[in-house]
Amino acid sequence: MVYFITQTLNGLFSAALLFLIAGGLTLVFGVMRIVNIAHGSFYMLGVYVAFSVVTRTHSLLLGSLAAMLVVGGIGFAMQRFFLRRFAGQPLPEMMMTMGFALLFRDGALIIWGGDPFTLAYPDFLRGSLEIADVVCPVYRLFVIVVAAAVGAILAILNEKTLIGAKLRAAVDDPEMAAGTGVPVALLSGLVFAVGAALAAFGGVMAGPILGGYTGMDFELLPLAFVVVIIGGMGSLKGAVVGSVVVGMIDNFGKALVPELSYFTLFAPMVLMLAIKPTGLYGRN
Amino acid sequence: MPSRGKQAILAVAFVCLLAAPPFFNAALPDLASYSVGLLTEMLIFGLLAMSLDILLGYTGMPSFGHAGFFGVAAYAVAVLSVRHQAGFWLTITVGLAVGILLSAALGLLVSHVRDVYFLMITLALGMVLWGVSYRWIPMTGGDNGISGLPRLETHLGIPWSGPLPFYYLTLIVFLGCCALLTLLVHSPFGLTLQGIRESESRMKSLGVNTWLHRYLSYVISGTFASVAGILWAYYNRYVSPTYLDLTASSELFLMVTLGGPGTLAGPAIGAGAIVLLKNVISTYTERWLLILGAVYIVTILWAPQGLWNLGTRRRSKP
Repeated sequence: MVYFITQTLNGLFSAALLFLIAGGLTLVFGVMRIVNIAHGSFYMLGVYVAFSVVTRTHSLLLGSLAAMLVVGGIGFAMQRFFLRRFAGQPLPEMMMTMGFALLFRDGALIIWGGDPFTLAYPDFLRGSLEIADVVCPVYRLFVIVVAAAVGAILAILNEKTLIGAKLRAAVDDPEMAAGTGVPVALLSGLVFAVGAALAAFGGVMAGPILGGYTGMDFELLPLAFVVVIIGGMGSLKGAVVGSVVVGMIDNFGKALVPELSYFTLFAPMVLMLAIKPTGLYGRN
Repeated sequence: MPSRGKQAILAVAFVCLLAAPPFFNAALPDLASYSVGLLTEMLIFGLLAMSLDILLGYTGMPSFGHAGFFGVAAYAVAVLSVRHQAGFWLTITVGLAVGILLSAALGLLVSHVRDVYFLMITLALGMVLWGVSYRWIPMTGGDNGISGLPRLETHLGIPWSGPLPFYYLTLIVFLGCCALLTLLVHSPFGLTLQGIRESESRMKSLGVNTWLHRYLSYVISGTFASVAGILWAYYNRYVSPTYLDLTASSELFLMVTLGGPGTLAGPAIGAGAIVLLKNVISTYTERWLLILGAVYIVTILWAPQGLWNLGTRRRSKP
């Protein structure tokens, strides 16, 4: 039982990180139909930028702000100058993001070197809670709470504000939305930037535990895709459900059947795509 | 049919491929075996890129897990020849059969899926295959892969050995596959595939079973990829999960796009260019990824129809 609860908490921690990363991806995917291979790179760049800031200022908060600003800016520029001209052509867009993913990986290697590291984090988040034999590190709980807060903010933005309404219109039918005066191109740029910033934030939140290392970009990217596919493209609710499902499967799969861990992870995605390509909550 | 000029280029390329190894032997005796090896690698990846183009360029199905078939066939050869000391003919028959059966089975899952979703489902399948090769350690050796494959020449039992016989053998297989693929794309079946790429609904209303055509296209493509995988296993004499991963599949995409999707010569040229670039650049600099990334972006920006299609008509869709 204790083992089960511990694994569930670990699964929720993975789910929280996955949500931060896949939340952005699903919006980008939903609005622009871009298979963004560089999304894992945003996550990686986030933790590297934060590393530079945290080692100088010893503040995780400043680190996350800097990471979100820098990576969001990179994402905006990438969308504005390279992706926008290929709008509606999935293949060139995907190849373009693949090219950027390689540039970012090598760029990070040049700037920060290849040594793995973990981020320093504030003392009040250290230690662990112990409730009836179940030991849970405070930092993991903190990340779960933060991710839930981010989810709530995104949901309110999406459901209750004008920009959210325009965004939903653009996801549903970009052409009609553009026809009624919604600035779809600008919105796409913003969504891409916000998605990138969220991925970077996810990287920073994971930083104290998972850290930064070469190859982390492509390690996480497929997981984020699984979340988006299971939940449905463009749906925040789907991203929440998908993150929890994938976080749990990933954790229990690795713990129970390590030989098949990738199989247990990607098989549901293949089945979902073969049966219902739009995912649990996706719109046609 | 390609234009006169392009036919001339192909003829010259054929003569060069035939005459290159003796030329290397005479002109660069120190580098001869390296150069011949490089040419062999170009041919193998050329074949692989052409097989992907049947799906990507001709049928309009962007498969993002194509390296999987290549890798699975290579693993089948490695497991049989190293672990079970199987003979040559048994090994290649099983290698090919595994590739065909796998593509026939996976084809059932993916053939009705379209557009971005097809991209995603093949990406997921590619990741499953990669994950199996990486984690099914008793069978595949995990990260270490399987090494110590026999030489093709000794396994086959021919009296010659070395890079030259292997090169010519690869060339024969390559040209044989080229001939088959050329026949395929000019046959009514191949033309139907191109019709599906342009407009599936119209082909459907003409009474074509488009699902079956997409499915067969997937299986044929997987079969030729398996042939390339078998050659690669014997060439490299070592298999590892690296050849199945996301980067490998997207490099294949780049080869096809760079060369020219919807043609056969294009992907072969693209593959040759990328293999050459990779080998030459990595001897001078460690920044190979940076350059590869730049090649992606430059290709998409300035040659989205590929090198082979430069100067010819522009199609609206890739």
